[in-house]
Amino acid sequence: MDAIYWPSVFFLLFGGTACTFAVAVLVSKNIVRMAFYLILSLAATAGLFFLAGADFVGAMQLMIYVGGTLVLLVFGVMLTSQERFVEMKSDAGDWVIGFLAGGALLATLIWAAVSIPAWQGMSRAEAEALTVEKTATPLGMSLVGFRVDNPKESGYLFPFEIVSVHLLVVLVGAAYLARAKRKITKVALASEPSSAGTDQN
Amino acid sequence: MIHLPLASLLTEPVGAMHYVVVGAILFTCGVLCMATKRNALGVLMGIELVLNGANMNFIAFGSRYLRGDANSMGLDGQLIALFVIVLAAAEAAVALAIVLNFYNNHNSIDVDRADQLQG
Repeated sequence: MDAIYWPSVFFLLFGGTACTFAVAVLVSKNIVRMAFYLILSLAATAGLFFLAGADFVGAMQLMIYVGGTLVLLVFGVMLTSQERFVEMKSDAGDWVIGFLAGGALLATLIWAAVSIPAWQGMSRAEAEALTVEKTATPLGMSLVGFRVDNPKESGYLFPFEIVSVHLLVVLVGAAYLARAKRKITKVALASEPSSAGTDQN
Repeated sequence: MIHLPLASLLTEPVGAMHYVVVGAILFTCGVLCMATKRNALGVLMGIELVLNGANMNFIAFGSRYLRGDANSMGLDGQLIALFVIVLAAAEAAVALAIVLNFYNNHNSIDVDRADQLQG
């Protein structure tokens, strides 16, 4: 029996955490608990990124995703969590159809993943011969247009510019959309159909 | 030859396959969240899960520790994962603004009540 290979043990730990809390997000009825489970799942995902050697992306996952995007979601939950919206149940028929389709999708994806020999991973001797490289500098150089790892490849300066302008436009648009522009009048509330949703299905 | 995913996992290095399996589970949970949740914020959480499942695949195929130097995508996988993270942040900001607007106008975050455009 070989000695325990610790990166694989940590993979099991982080991967199990990520999958468990993703399923918990799915089956939980309470929106506040769903937000908490999602934070745990995405933090475990960052651990998986670290294990795959993507240290900069893992750090960005923790800082942007867990520290930014999910805090935004938690604020959304806090702003809208009235008594009647904390727990919303779906129809049983939705769950049955969803689990049938989702199970078929999951089975197909996992079958495709395990049936490709090139994805099986290398032997232990090969893996232990690898040296650790930091990725922050090559990633930063790629974002300003120069590939350190492979000078023949083109860099990512143009997508970087597009995504930065996109982020600016989106944040201005979000602030414009979410601003408090008017109070809801009694007229607007009265003109809203009170029996919305009854004509569906 | 097909190995079982959990066979000899404690003593052998993991491969891209294991990451793809984790990504598939995250993706499926996200899709089911989007399909079955009635809370608009639950739908948003499903989108976050889907994006993370896709990111997991990019990281796995770009990692030289999982596939070796010859087979990996190099830095491209990590760069695309970074772009996905940034775009997910942008998407969450806009979607949250829309949800809050919907909540202010309709006093509800049930996605089934967003039916004014059905004609």
